[in-house]
Amino acid sequence: MVEIVPLNKKWNYLRKILERSGPFQQETFEPSGEILEFLNNTCKILVIGAGGLGCELLKNFAMMGFKNIDVIDMDIIELSNLNRQFLFRRKDIGKSKAETAAEFINKRIAGCKVTPHFCKIQDYDESFYRQFHVIVSGLDSIVARRWINGMLISLVKYDDDGNPDVSTIVPMIDGGTEGFKGNARVILPTLSPCIDCTLDLYPPQVSYPLCTIANTPRLPEHCIEYVKVILWDKENPFNCALDGDDPEHLSFVFEKAQERANKFNITGLTYRLVQGVLKNIIPAVSSTNAVIAAICASEVFKIATSCYEYLNNYMVFNDIDGIYTYKYEAEKNPECLACSSKVRTIAIKNPSSMTLQDLIDYLCNNPEYQLKNPGLTTTLNGKNKTLYMSTVKSIEEQTRCNLTQSLHELNLSDGQELVIADVTNPNSIIVKLKFTDNEVEMY
Amino acid sequence: MSSPESDKSRKYDRQIRLWGDHGQSLLENSQICLINANALGTEILKGLVLPGIGSFTIIDHNLVTEEDIGSNFFLESSSLGQNRAKCCTQYLQELNPDVNGESIDENVDNIIANNSDFFKNFSVVVACSLTEKSLIKLSNLLWDFNIPLIACKSLGFFGIARVQMKEYCVVETHPDNKHHDLRLEEPFEAMLEYCEKIEYGSKVPWLVILFKHIQEYKKTHDGNLPETYKEKIELKDMIRSSMTADEENFEEAIRSVNSSFGGGKPNSTIQHILNDESCTKLSKCSSSFWIMAHALKDFINKEGTGYLPLPGNIPDMTAETALYINLQNVYRAKALQDADVIFRRVQELLEELNKSCDSITEKEVRLFCREAAYLSVTRGSKIADEYEKGSNSALVSSELENIESLMGHYVALRSQDRFVTEHGCMPGEIQVDIDVARIKSQASRLLNDWGINAQLNDDLFHEICRYGGAEIHTISAYLGGCIAHEVIKLVTRQYKPFDNTIIYDGITSQCVTYKF
Ligand SMILES: [Zn+2]
Repeated sequence: MVEIVPLNKKWNYLRKILERSGPFQQETFEPSGEILEFLNNTCKILVIGAGGLGCELLKNFAMMGFKNIDVIDMDIIELSNLNRQFLFRRKDIGKSKAETAAEFINKRIAGCKVTPHFCKIQDYDESFYRQFHVIVSGLDSIVARRWINGMLISLVKYDDDGNPDVSTIVPMIDGGTEGFKGNARVILPTLSPCIDCTLDLYPPQVSYPLCTIANTPRLPEHCIEYVKVILWDKENPFNCALDGDDPEHLSFVFEKAQERANKFNITGLTYRLVQGVLKNIIPAVSSTNAVIAAICASEVFKIATSCYEYLNNYMVFNDIDGIYTYKYEAEKNPECLACSSKVRTIAIKNPSSMTLQDLIDYLCNNPEYQLKNPGLTTTLNGKNKTLYMSTVKSIEEQTRCNLTQSLHELNLSDGQELVIADVTNPNSIIVKLKFTDNEVEMY
Repeated sequence: MSSPESDKSRKYDRQIRLWGDHGQSLLENSQICLINANALGTEILKGLVLPGIGSFTIIDHNLVTEEDIGSNFFLESSSLGQNRAKCCTQYLQELNPDVNGESIDENVDNIIANNSDFFKNFSVVVACSLTEKSLIKLSNLLWDFNIPLIACKSLGFFGIARVQMKEYCVVETHPDNKHHDLRLEEPFEAMLEYCEKIEYGSKVPWLVILFKHIQEYKKTHDGNLPETYKEKIELKDMIRSSMTADEENFEEAIRSVNSSFGGGKPNSTIQHILNDESCTKLSKCSSSFWIMAHALKDFINKEGTGYLPLPGNIPDMTAETALYINLQNVYRAKALQDADVIFRRVQELLEELNKSCDSITEKEVRLFCREAAYLSVTRGSKIADEYEKGSNSALVSSELENIESLMGHYVALRSQDRFVTEHGCMPGEIQVDIDVARIKSQASRLLNDWGINAQLNDDLFHEICRYGGAEIHTISAYLGGCIAHEVIKLVTRQYKPFDNTIIYDGITSQCVTYKF
């Protein structure tokens, strides 16, 4: 069933671009009325995240002629979202972001069909993600970005010669903002650099050494971390885990952190700082989200219509001092954990003193891996063996004793392949241990 | 127990972390005027209503068209044929009940001609797609009223925005790479005393370690500081050799060698500000900024012996708590002392100028002193001069020779204005080919007016005619975000605005700034 392009003038502006040729168009572009029809009726877009970027993206797509839009977000609306997430009102606090945003757009833009998914991206498998022509992400989590990145890479099929089948590639446009800075990038899974290729762009979170927190605090942040890391478990004031959204918890932390700050003559502790540290709050403002989402949506429009060349492949934006933009071509990492088929080798100097815990710490802290809670399995004497896995309680209990054993004690040998499962990727990755007596890389 | 913050402070939390409660309060007291509620106009207002300006007023006598509904998010199908200002005001107002919205269904030319004082009500005026004639009148008017004006246009995948303001002084510029001013070269007395009292050890802040080694270094180098790369390596080696074990604070001292010198001297930008006539010749009309700048200059020349007031903040350093806190207090005390000297000078100046002595508070002076190394003054020019006098032909001419430049876009967009004035429609609205020739002749006349002899590329004119006046939503959304943020800068008096024209090419995702 094909809906006939309405004869009204609503899309007249877009039609100037889509039905006329121009000197800057992409070489293969052929202006025709069918392109708008494709946007209106066929093209399916997925927006991941219905937050600051997500609200802007949904509006932008609806205004650019896209009608079949899905949006996925597991979060609910909070008061502090309202300064930028403009599809939400005070009465919506506590409701699903995805559902509220979809309802708003569908009501405002006649003919637009936004389908909400109030769940985690991990709740869906390949068959869900395969149905989209383009996927756009406006996420604040690196783990989620890496997961969807891995998912889109696993959608790519290869022909007999090992070349990717272009029809199985779902382009991903990724946007991110922090305060007055933002970035946008276009990823063609397996063809262009992916999120994991450029992991160094996402520096690990600031953390304070435990001895500073426990013994020599100097900053108000140290006092807050003290209550969070040490005092909370000791005093257990509400018989539950610390929840940064619970005002009673916040007040407790504020009070105790203030006590500690007073004791050490540390100044500058505020309630806002306590919240910021506990919830790892990133400052956010409407204008930056608008700019980055507009760039992302323009690129999706270019890809979906072929009207202009799309961004190749990364750009940054900053409007602290005037307006600054810069674009460049990031490069593929030939050893990328996610998009290369190459098996990574980890050089290990002393397998009889390096424990499994050391190896896991390495995988979590090394900037090239940045894993979160890796589960490790391998093959020993032809049998599968789980070395450690924290995600399933019973297996964690069974395998915990391995953590303190050395790699030798675990009977791992030179050239041993480990299969690693982690939240940063829907697929497992394989690494090879290389035992070396030389001073090569580590330990 | 509930949260001690107000409801507003929670709602605006994510942005107050950027511009502070004082910035938020200025924003909440601002009145913004928008002329023409096209997609660009409403996207700008969206970026201002959400963070909570005081009020907005839309002037627009146009009726909503189908094209408007297809490009402007703040309209619905049912808005067709109604007044555009009224419809957009309603939907924008819904975004934030803290903000007052008003609409005026009147041709802006009438207001400029018959009721020009009306514009005195506003903190900033934003004009979208205004005709050249109206823009020139508005520019003259607002220049005389000393009210900032932003004129902007979104056309196809291109956009342009121009800020007009007389003078813009910023204390809090929020530079990305703030340098700690530690005075290692020119230690003040309390710092000397503090450092001399302390013995080396694993618990001492690196600043002390570095300071002591600098003194050692000076002894063996005729009293000179390490300047070259090689000399800094030498200092690092000296520090390394006094380490007795793996000591984090010594490592930090070594790492800090490269970044810890050079603070405290006014750089050329600051000197320029201090030598400005507004600073040297105060009058009763002088703003707080210039009175404080004058006092700052006097301090540098006298008590400061060539140095700025000490900002007083030091970076975190691995150290025992008390040693660090005491060091921090030494710096803070000196900063307060410097700020106090300047505050007293400010009060003298206020008295000399016959101004109320509480018109500048101690808090303001402290902030000014803390930010003294990063002050910024921007002086603008009038749009009317740019349009009527073509006062920047040298810039246009040289940029047109550069292929990478977006100056060609500027000429093409200006020619489009002229085309609209002359033909009463958009180039390419009906027919592309004929209009390409017409707009090119407009461009040739413009260049001729400016005395520029340059070959223009046909492509840009063809592309502009292809657009036929189309406004593309994502391009307006991009510009809308940028311009909203510039208004926030102007109103909060924080961050540096662009000076004074940005041109955006959404085809190549480039955004370039030119000063006219
Ligand atoms: Zn990759």
